[in-house]
Formats: sequence, C-alpha cells, structure tokens
Amino acid sequence: MEFLFEIEGANFSVAGNASSTIKRALKQRDVDPAKIKRIVVALFEAEINVVAHADHGTIRVLIEDHQVQMFVKDFGPGIEDVKEAMREGYSTASNSVREMGFGAGMGLPNIKRNADVFEIESIKGLGTNAHIIIYL
Amino acid sequence: MKLSEIIKNLDIVVLNAANEDADITSAYASDLLSDVMGNAQAEELWITMQTHKNVAAIASLKDIPAVVLINNGKPDEDMLAHAKLENVAVLVTNLACYEFCAKLYNLINCEL
Repeated sequence: MEFLFEIEGANFSVAGNASSTIKRALKQRDVDPAKIKRIVVALFEAEINVVAHADHGTIRVLIEDHQVQMFVKDFGPGIEDVKEAMREGYSTASNSVREMGFGAGMGLPNIKRNADVFEIESIKGLGTNAHIIIYL
Repeated sequence: MKLSEIIKNLDIVVLNAANEDADITSAYASDLLSDVMGNAQAEELWITMQTHKNVAAIASLKDIPAVVLINNGKPDEDMLAHAKLENVAVLVTNLACYEFCAKLYNLINCEL
C-alpha cells in the first residue's frame, strides 16, 4: 500500500495530516500499536521539518508486510551540517516556529530513536532527503 | 481516576467534552511539541499553554484523551474544531502550570 503526500512549507494548519492518514491505515491493518506509535512519531517529526524549514516537499509512505518505509524529500535551504543537526537541542528554526512549541532541536533525534533505519542527506541550497524504515 | 471525576473535582471549564470515561493515572506537562511527541504516554492528560491546531493533532496521534490549557488559555478556533473532529477533550483551568499539576497530582494519588 502506497501513499504520497504533498507538503506545503510554512502551512502548519495541515501539518499532521499525513501522520493521521497513515495511523488510520495501520490501525486498519491491525499493526502492533507500539509499532504504530513509533511510525507516527517519526512521520510527524518529518512532516514538521518540511513545514518548518522547506519551501515544499513530498512524503511517500510504503506500507509492506514486514516494514513501513517513508521517503521524505524537500526543496529548501538544506542542512549545512547533518551531524550537528542530529544533536539533541540543535535547531535553526525561526522564532515564530519556536513560539508554537516546535524547533526545540528534538525532531531529528526523535526520528532516529524511533526508526530502525534512518538515512538523511542534504545539499545546502537545494534540500534534504530522508529515508526512514520501521520493521513490523 | 475517570476524566469526569477530575473535571468535577478541579476547577475546570470544558470546551470540548470527550473521553469522560477515560481512566487517567498520569499527566504530562510540556509546551514543547516534540517533547510531547517523544515522551508523553497514551492515556495521559496533556497540560500546556499551547493553543494552536497542532496540539489537537498531536493529542490525537498520541492517543492523549484530553488537553488542559493552563492560565485560562483560549484555543484557536481551528484547534477546537480539530479536537472535536478527532475526539480530544479540551479543558481550561485558570491555574498556572505548577498549581494545576500539584492539585491534579494530589487528586490522582489520594485515590491510589
């Protein structure tokens, strides 16, 4: 089962829609609730990253029998130092994003903690690609 | 303790009634949304001063039955609408975070 979501940068009012859709789909498939929680946290953080930092992006979610794969691709400023961005507490989010309670530098670490596989590559000035796998 | 009993015992205004039979044994107080995403547990009350739509979205994703807005917080219209859609209770207290948490802690732990 495959889903494709178009994510609009800066539009927080629809952030979380992809995660809700995937949560419903996984519940219908009777996936273990503990796994659903991990998938939803990783996916939500990925969505928020695109909304908070990029101009726009896409998230493709592939639900397979043995795993869920998420491909996150955004067009935006990119991440200058991916290793630094993985550090808990590191953030380049704007003040308005921080006022909403986002941008605490916990998003990428949250994804890493919940993912079985998490690969991220970024080109400054172009955007960021992430690949997340959670085994079922 | 049932959510309905917590509402009855603490000075809470209900803006969206839902999950009144939920059994609440703990709560999570935080205004950082990734902190809640990462660390709050299902079936906990979420105590916060954030009042925008993503609060309702996160509560729903995390199976949090009710959000308590402290300091008489007023939810944005789209937060309330989303909470209704996703069946998340929205509660308001005029207390600040520390006082509300203390009262809730005493209430829940007196029963245990």
